[in-house]
Amino acid sequence: MLSPEALARIDREIAKYPAGQKQSAVMAALRIAQEEKGWLSEETIAFVADYLEMPPVAVYEVATFYNMYDLAPVGKYKLTVCTNLPCALSGGYHAAEHLKERLGIDFNETTPDGLFTLKEGECMGACGDAPVLLVNNHRMCCRMTRERLDALLETLKRQATENTQ
Amino acid sequence: MSTLKLGQMILKDCDESRWRLADYEARGGYQVLRRILTENWSQERVIEEVKTSALRGRGGAGFPTGLKWSFMPRQFPGEKYVVCNSDEGEPGTFKDRDILRYNPHSVIEGMIIAGYAMGASCGYNYIHGEIFEVYERFEEALEEARRAGYLGENILGSGFHFELYAHHGYGAYICGEETALLESIEGKKGQPRFKPPFPASYGLYGKPTTINNTETFASVPFLLAMGGEQFLHLGKPNNGGMKIFSVSGHVNRPGNYEIPMGTPFSELLELAGGVRGGRKLKAVIPGGSSAPVVPGDVMMECTMDYDSIAQAGSMLGSGAVIVMDETTCMVKALERLSYFYYEESCGQCTPCREGTGWLYRIVHRIEHGQGRVEDLELLESATSNIMGRTICALGDAASMPVQSFIKHFRDEFLYHIEHKRCLVPPEVQWAGSDIYVEA
Amino acid sequence: MLTLEIDGKPVEVEDGATVMDAANKLGIYIPHFCYHKKLSIAANCRMCLVEVERAPKPLPACATPATNGMKVRTHSRKAITAQKGVMEFLLINHPLDCPICDQGGECQLQDLAVGYGQSAHRFAEAKRVVADKDLGPLIDTFMTRCINCTRCVRFLAEIGGFQELGQAFRGEHAEILPFLGQTVHSEISGNVIDLCPVGALTSKPFLYRARTWELTRRRSISPHDAWGSNLIVQSKHDTVKRVLPLEFEAINECWLSDRDRFAYEGLNASDRLTRPMVKTDGRWVEVAWQTALEVAANRLASVAEENGDDALAFLAHPMSTVEELYLLKALGAAFGAAVDTRIRQRDARADLARGKVAWLNGSITEIVESDGHWFLGADVRRELPLMAVRLRAAAKAGARIVRWDDSDDDWRIPGVDPHKLTAPAMLVALVHFAKHLGVTLPDWAVGLVQQPSPLSAAEFDALSAALRGAQKRRIWLGRPLRAHPNAAEFEWLAEAIAGALGAKLGWLVDGANAVGAAVVGAQATQTAHQLASAGKAGYLLVNLEPEDFAAPDAVADSFARARTVVALTPYASESLKAAADVLLPIAPFTETSGTLVNIEGRLQSFTAVVRPREMTRPGWKVLAALTAMRTGRSVAYTASDAVRDAALPQGWRTQLAQHGLTAIAPAPTLHASAIPAFDRVTLYQGDMIVRRSASLQATDDAKAERGATIPSEEAAA
Ligand SMILES: Cc1cc2nc3c(=O)[nH]c(=O)nc-3n(C[C@H](O)[C@H](O)[C@H](O)COP(=O)(O)O)c2cc1C
Ligand code: SF4
Ligand code: FES
Repeated sequence: MLSPEALARIDREIAKYPAGQKQSAVMAALRIAQEEKGWLSEETIAFVADYLEMPPVAVYEVATFYNMYDLAPVGKYKLTVCTNLPCALSGGYHAAEHLKERLGIDFNETTPDGLFTLKEGECMGACGDAPVLLVNNHRMCCRMTRERLDALLETLKRQATENTQ
Repeated sequence: MSTLKLGQMILKDCDESRWRLADYEARGGYQVLRRILTENWSQERVIEEVKTSALRGRGGAGFPTGLKWSFMPRQFPGEKYVVCNSDEGEPGTFKDRDILRYNPHSVIEGMIIAGYAMGASCGYNYIHGEIFEVYERFEEALEEARRAGYLGENILGSGFHFELYAHHGYGAYICGEETALLESIEGKKGQPRFKPPFPASYGLYGKPTTINNTETFASVPFLLAMGGEQFLHLGKPNNGGMKIFSVSGHVNRPGNYEIPMGTPFSELLELAGGVRGGRKLKAVIPGGSSAPVVPGDVMMECTMDYDSIAQAGSMLGSGAVIVMDETTCMVKALERLSYFYYEESCGQCTPCREGTGWLYRIVHRIEHGQGRVEDLELLESATSNIMGRTICALGDAASMPVQSFIKHFRDEFLYHIEHKRCLVPPEVQWAGSDIYVEA
Repeated sequence: MLTLEIDGKPVEVEDGATVMDAANKLGIYIPHFCYHKKLSIAANCRMCLVEVERAPKPLPACATPATNGMKVRTHSRKAITAQKGVMEFLLINHPLDCPICDQGGECQLQDLAVGYGQSAHRFAEAKRVVADKDLGPLIDTFMTRCINCTRCVRFLAEIGGFQELGQAFRGEHAEILPFLGQTVHSEISGNVIDLCPVGALTSKPFLYRARTWELTRRRSISPHDAWGSNLIVQSKHDTVKRVLPLEFEAINECWLSDRDRFAYEGLNASDRLTRPMVKTDGRWVEVAWQTALEVAANRLASVAEENGDDALAFLAHPMSTVEELYLLKALGAAFGAAVDTRIRQRDARADLARGKVAWLNGSITEIVESDGHWFLGADVRRELPLMAVRLRAAAKAGARIVRWDDSDDDWRIPGVDPHKLTAPAMLVALVHFAKHLGVTLPDWAVGLVQQPSPLSAAEFDALSAALRGAQKRRIWLGRPLRAHPNAAEFEWLAEAIAGALGAKLGWLVDGANAVGAAVVGAQATQTAHQLASAGKAGYLLVNLEPEDFAAPDAVADSFARARTVVALTPYASESLKAAADVLLPIAPFTETSGTLVNIEGRLQSFTAVVRPREMTRPGWKVLAALTAMRTGRSVAYTASDAVRDAALPQGWRTQLAQHGLTAIAPAPTLHASAIPAFDRVTLYQGDMIVRRSASLQATDDAKAERGATIPSEEAAA
């Protein structure tokens, strides 16, 4: 279900916690599983539950509680733009609008080519760098002017075609 | 690109290229830990120094840190935990991110010392999921500290043992609440626990636990290096030390400013380049989005410390200063904040689960020209039914903006309800908040 | 001890008690939803907010520790304002569908809304709608009504032993649900229906069958296992509509197993026998009672006369009452017939050699007090679902629990240490363990001890250390072990080991009145199973169908070959119609009075809940009439109480065993290769009523079990 590398990474997370507290690694395990699979399917969640010896519904509770887990497939690049007030005061809304226009999609939608999904985010703890957005949860892009947003889209598109070749 | 604009203590002389162990050591890092261990300080002595310094929690509640440490049953046999709260999610707050990426070892040293002072041999740093790159860097820093013998068995040959791990969040503001954070480390949903029992007696895995904010821990090596007394004198009585203020919104130079407690707000605003476009200051949220909003003129009279801001009817909170100029529609601003609390309520207790959605919908209605005359009274009554009735303070956090926005900007709300539109013309409103990146 | 004051009344409570506990002690009601005395404290509904002197905010009574000198006011302005505020929040998203809600009339939300609700509705937004969930054939959901108290989640995790429901998503989107694509499989799942304070979780079999205020309520005792759970049976127009737990702390607390809760559907099955019938020339004809009794008595008499001493066996289900069994014993004596109820036991030697009656050997409440448990050949969740609940509590309190059996079934008890052993392997292991403990082995064990031990000496040491480390040690003999052909050898070894370890033996008996049956002497030298398959010339069956026996096919065959089979039964199943030639309709437990002695030797009498169907008669009266016919002397009982008193004279409890058996005679040398496997225990095949509960039969558990075909519930009942 998950690759040996992913399992090894999960094992390293388990080792952070006291004996008998495997469950503490559930957030990391779901994150690692999502990195590998792109999103968290029922099967993946059940697998993580089994691996950590947790009731599946308890893992599901966790997967649905935290925003950054995707319970449905997303585009190759998930862009999450912060529109919370501090960011909005410095262009958070405008950046999101710009992306919507360029991608031709609204929040929670995916472009027809399957490349981009757009999400509205809450405070990322980087308000001084507004507008900010996350690429696939982990890469933060700061001070995103319209030009830089366009450049980012171009780079990601190029990356995607290079990867498929 | 850096949000660090002024570092005078924790953030002094460090940046993107100087975060590593060697850099920290060059700045005098880990000297305090070495001294404590080689001079065999008593736990009480460490805690006394912290008490003297009047260091107050930098996470929001401003609880005296030394006092909190003294609550730990230090002699209690068995595991005890020290937990760092780096789940910085309070809108407007972005200081812990800079501490972690530019000076991670100050947090590590602070936590080791805390572990020593409270008889704990294990710690976790819970890092906001959205700053994942910072989490990865912190793990690297931990590895450096381990290799250098600052972490693990028999630290610096003293016989003291301390392990420290990073745990990441994954998108839930509520995990900044300390007991929700503990639940989250335990692998559950981040739903806060009812207190009592407090973490000092029943914390992580049911063991005595002390939780402090990133900046609080990072301050510890510095205050011990200079002595509690001197740290206190950096600031004001009862408001010791330096504090990092995250300034965001309509200023020319948004960023983190590490300045003495008690600095006048006007000076901070000036450091931040003043209000953008030379416009007039309308309002400031001085302590993160949960703190009551303060009208601009009142704010200009305040100094940046717990007591002065409290006198102005708000809270210093996490030190996140959200600046709004005259082009800001206060109804729209409140709508966005109310949406945030509605989105982030953990769903556990009734008033918050049901109430935050109600608040948001009413404000949303007013903003969209469907407000009713009785709505303001309804908002006041609904917020007072939430405040003080919930398991954790998120209920209060969701209510205080609503109450304070209405209190100070009632006219604007009434205008919306009556005229079905905003006092601030939409063109201006948007212009003032367009993408702004300082040159 | 702490002293505090609530609403001006002083009260003393234990350290660690909450304000709610103190109020309960005073009989002061504090409104609440999430709080439940048997569940962990969640403090999430906030309905129980009260004013505490010197506290700036109202505090939840359920979670606030009582302190010395505390002054609490539950009805002050501050408290009432807080409670009303919470009620408003609970109602804003709650559908006001009380008129069509099954919870109507017994809804905590409805009751409290009357007292605390605001008359004017200030909520002008659209109400939230939550999708319903599939929780299987027993529980229906109306999730829009859910108030997220999480009682159901906590019950399944804490009492049921496995978290099958969760609260997913967050904030206003929070929903109670099972894991994707799953339902609830707990054998005690129905309790969430009682726990749900609103109509979010309701009984599927009861759905829209009646409004609660139309129902008549009577106390009864469950006949489906030996626990003796106390029931409230609710009926309308002489039809049982619903069964609920009657709270009885020492037995079932406030719980019921699903078997006890939903079996009642079987009472209304379409194949109820309501008139006496006689088979003549292969055809069934309805006859008058007197005729039927005469035919039955005559046929049995002629078999007795023509086929000699050993010709007859009178067998009863161990759910039969003390009264029925006592009179069956008398009837057996009159006909010279063997009488027995051990329908699934293949070995009578243990009971014979022990002499005394197998039982729990202690009280139910002692289970939680015992801190070392070793289960041999048991299947606790299926045998006695509520014993598993007690064991979970024991485990939580730190008890060590070890199990030896051949099943993969998860007991859902945290920390249980399982050892999977087949019957022969277990016997060999026990012999080695006994030897390891210095027990002198009898001759029959010589062949076994030559086999290699399935467990190492270190494992034996760990086991004895675990048990010796406990203050109160129990060794439990489960139903599969007791049903095994070598039950006597198993019990001998268990007793020897118990002696060496200072542990007490306990028997998990099979049948609601198994203890009562043994006490009244409804036991022959062969078990009912043995007698049934022995091809007797005549049988009399009470509350039995061939499906009840361990080997139903062989038994059906044996019945088919008999000259006469008289069945006293509430049902006329096809299998019974094929096997029997006289069918006498007797009342199930809801239609007559009687007594059951439960596993802990507690005698519990009950009375009829509804009138007997048509010509159905109480079993004990039918048995008395048959005896009278045979002996020519009329039997002088006018009420079942008198039968009970005759059956259980003073001092009957001295018959209960304190120890296992200590000698088996004569026993040939045993070889592991000759030892068969354990039988499986079923959840939903154990008696004729349970087998007819359509809802229970629709569960995944029942589907997985081999079983009889189930007639559907009577239409338009
Ligand atoms: C809803 C909510 C969110 C919070 N978020 C944070 C946070 O992001 N970071 C933080 O340090 N404290 C946060 N707190 C405060 C913590 O509960 C806790 O008081 C703090 O971490 C203690 O550390 P300190 O004493 O060093 O401030 C939050 C509290 C609440 C009620
Ligand atoms: S379904 Fe019922 S018991 Fe479960 S949380 Fe909802 S209201 Fe409570
Ligand atoms: S009963 Fe106390 S909060 Fe629900």
